[in-house]
Amino acid sequence: MPAERFPVEAGHVMAFARAIGDFNPVYHDATAAAATEVGSIIAPPTFVQASAHFDDDYPLRPRPGVRWFGSGAAAPAPKEPDERAAPAPAPSSGTSGGTGLHAEQHYTYHRPLRAGEVLTVHARAGETWEKQGRRGGLLTFREGITEYRDTEGAPVVTARSVSVMTSQTVRDPA
Amino acid sequence: MTASTRAFAVGDVHEAVVVDGLTRTQIVQYAGASGDFNPIHTDEVFATQVAGYPSVFAHGMLTMGMTGRMLTDLVGDGRLTRFGGRFTAQVWPGDTLTTTAAVSGVDERDGERFATFDVSTANQHGVAVFTGSAEARVDS
Repeated sequence: MPAERFPVEAGHVMAFARAIGDFNPVYHDATAAAATEVGSIIAPPTFVQASAHFDDDYPLRPRPGVRWFGSGAAAPAPKEPDERAAPAPAPSSGTSGGTGLHAEQHYTYHRPLRAGEVLTVHARAGETWEKQGRRGGLLTFREGITEYRDTEGAPVVTARSVSVMTSQTVRDPA
Repeated sequence: MTASTRAFAVGDVHEAVVVDGLTRTQIVQYAGASGDFNPIHTDEVFATQVAGYPSVFAHGMLTMGMTGRMLTDLVGDGRLTRFGGRFTAQVWPGDTLTTTAAVSGVDERDGERFATFDVSTANQHGVAVFTGSAEARVDS
């Protein structure tokens, strides 16, 4: 399940903007942002992806009581080549629409998303389809639609993602 | 960037380098900010020895985030109305990415003006890693 409640915090927006290499003051400086057209700190266009932090069951983050699948002192045992799937234990990702590698992402912006807002997250599965991969192996595509709404229930961002599950390690998804 | 003050015309092509020599540290920084710690992005031992990749590689959403920065620098803060696309190739440490946004349309709707863009981000070999489109509210 994706997060149900997503508080958009100013420090989180700043850290996210830094990570994508965007040092625009509208993402971290309240005084500078007040003088812009939008008038306050807003979030970058892809920020809602970070709602994963508020999903208690998000599988791509180490969680208490769940053995993490990455390396520690040693790597986990390699899989047989024909069992290799990417990502390895195929965890389900609520914010990327299913399992496997991220193939597509589409956003509709109903208005700017502002730091300090608390969004509610409404996710549903979309379509599923299959396609033969270029290097053999069946590709399974899954669509997920997530609507982020404000406290009035009005949509702020609508996200549509497509993920692809492959039967072998891929160099070029989709 | 503040408001968009540019005039956009169909056929205009805008281009910017969005990362020059991607570092593993930036990939980890994105993992921390986004919450996606998948070891194929954050753990070289896992990525190479378990998953069978030549190294860790960037989250598709890091590429899209960097691409989005080019667009917001171009059209102004909070002006995107749509942005989307496909991840067409993986992005590796050391890659230099350039985003191109070509104006594909300019339309009036409900008294406002919107520009649409064909968007593509390519690596230093000219291989597209993200292709899509965007729409933004622009000044009349």
